[in-house]
Amino acid sequence: MHAINYESPKTIAEAVKLLAAHGEKARPLSGGTDLIIQLRAGTRRPEFVVDVKQIPELHRISFSLQHGLHLGAAVSCIELHENADMRRYYPGLTEAAHLIGSLQIQSRASVGGNLCNGSPAGDATPALIALGAKARVVGPNGERIVPVETFITGPGRTVLQPGELLVEFLIDAPAKHSSDAYLRFIPRNEMDIAVVGVGGALTLDLDDDRVVDARIALGAVGPTPIFAAEASKSLIGKKFDAAAIENAARLATSVATPIDDMRGTAEYRRHIVGVLTSRVLTIAAERARHNEQR
Amino acid sequence: MVKKVIVEATINGDPVELLCEPRQSLLEVLRDELELTGSKEGCLTGDCGACTVIVDSRPVCSCLMLGVEAAGKNITTVEGLATGATLHVLQQKFLEHASLQCGICTPGFLMSAKSLLDHNPTPTEADIRYALAGNLCRCTGYDKIVKAVIDAAKHVADGVGTTHHGKVPRKSASEATRDMLGKGEEVK
Repeated sequence: MHAINYESPKTIAEAVKLLAAHGEKARPLSGGTDLIIQLRAGTRRPEFVVDVKQIPELHRISFSLQHGLHLGAAVSCIELHENADMRRYYPGLTEAAHLIGSLQIQSRASVGGNLCNGSPAGDATPALIALGAKARVVGPNGERIVPVETFITGPGRTVLQPGELLVEFLIDAPAKHSSDAYLRFIPRNEMDIAVVGVGGALTLDLDDDRVVDARIALGAVGPTPIFAAEASKSLIGKKFDAAAIENAARLATSVATPIDDMRGTAEYRRHIVGVLTSRVLTIAAERARHNEQR
Repeated sequence: MVKKVIVEATINGDPVELLCEPRQSLLEVLRDELELTGSKEGCLTGDCGACTVIVDSRPVCSCLMLGVEAAGKNITTVEGLATGATLHVLQQKFLEHASLQCGICTPGFLMSAKSLLDHNPTPTEADIRYALAGNLCRCTGYDKIVKAVIDAAKHVADGVGTTHHGKVPRKSASEATRDMLGKGEEVK
């Protein structure tokens, strides 16, 4: 590994100052499970590594039904999974975080780092998009809120400008009879990179079993994670039945732009998008029916 | 000009002052500076688990953590498992079940298994296989490893064994650090 400077600021202001001072030569470090590999391989060569794990705001999980969720960007996947509010109110995001790598990886890797790494196949990202998560970014010129579906701009690239830091995710509290789910297809049981990942969130009106709100997001089937807007919209106001699910799955498949690679052919991946979309919607609906909160 | 950084951590129960270059991984610091060579270098990408150590009660790949990140942390390596000449129950069971052949993966398996038993003293076989999924072994086929952990858990549950870790037997981490600090602060 090339020589680096290491800084471990205690506040957002201090971190932003460091990141801004060194611009493209600086990179934030959260769990390091992607960055340290990239440093070793020479695929990223920052001179300054800014460890953001000492900053309290990046480390908190704060949830209330009134104010929703503040999820710090550096919260580790295992801490997320151990949090009772996360498991209860955001089971889809929680299961996505809990299938990223081994326990060794989950002990370090964070949802924020997973997003900032910019991989189209990151497991947490479709789950965040399904929940309508917004990223709070702080930079030298103040802060801005970025919807997660627009955060990644290409493989390994994000909207973050030099000096900017992803601080936390803001997610609404789930409405009554709403929930989420995430499924990933890999050819083995654990520890692999997604061939396809699908996140879904649903809100139902149980009086007539109609869909009040729906969001579907796809991973690993394009240069960036994809918010399947048409598929999501197709469900809203409709009765939640087999025909609606099938139609949404077809529309989700139509926005996937996968490539052929060693993990699967494009055609195979498109097929899997449809299968996973149906399953994710079915699981999210089942969970939503049992969510009596609020 | 890259500065070396002084890091204070607790390693296998000993307070340690380390002098590291920021680019050194925790694995490099353990092996090359502290001469704690039990943790092995395998893939360097977090896939094989041979470098697994326990940091503040979590299993981590020490190849994917910088040494400087160890500041203020409590770290247990495989050298911290045995108490003097008495093997940890997991080590004893690995021997009894012949859970190793070449042995390179063994320290990592022991640390992942210890972390599991620390969090869940009565794991199911599925719990064990899940907890060890981040450790690869090309010799045993895993079955003997899983059997050893099942047996160790039974002994811990019966109050026979202990998961308490002792001190570094051969050379304490703080002694090793003093030696290292004696080398001077020249930057490579």
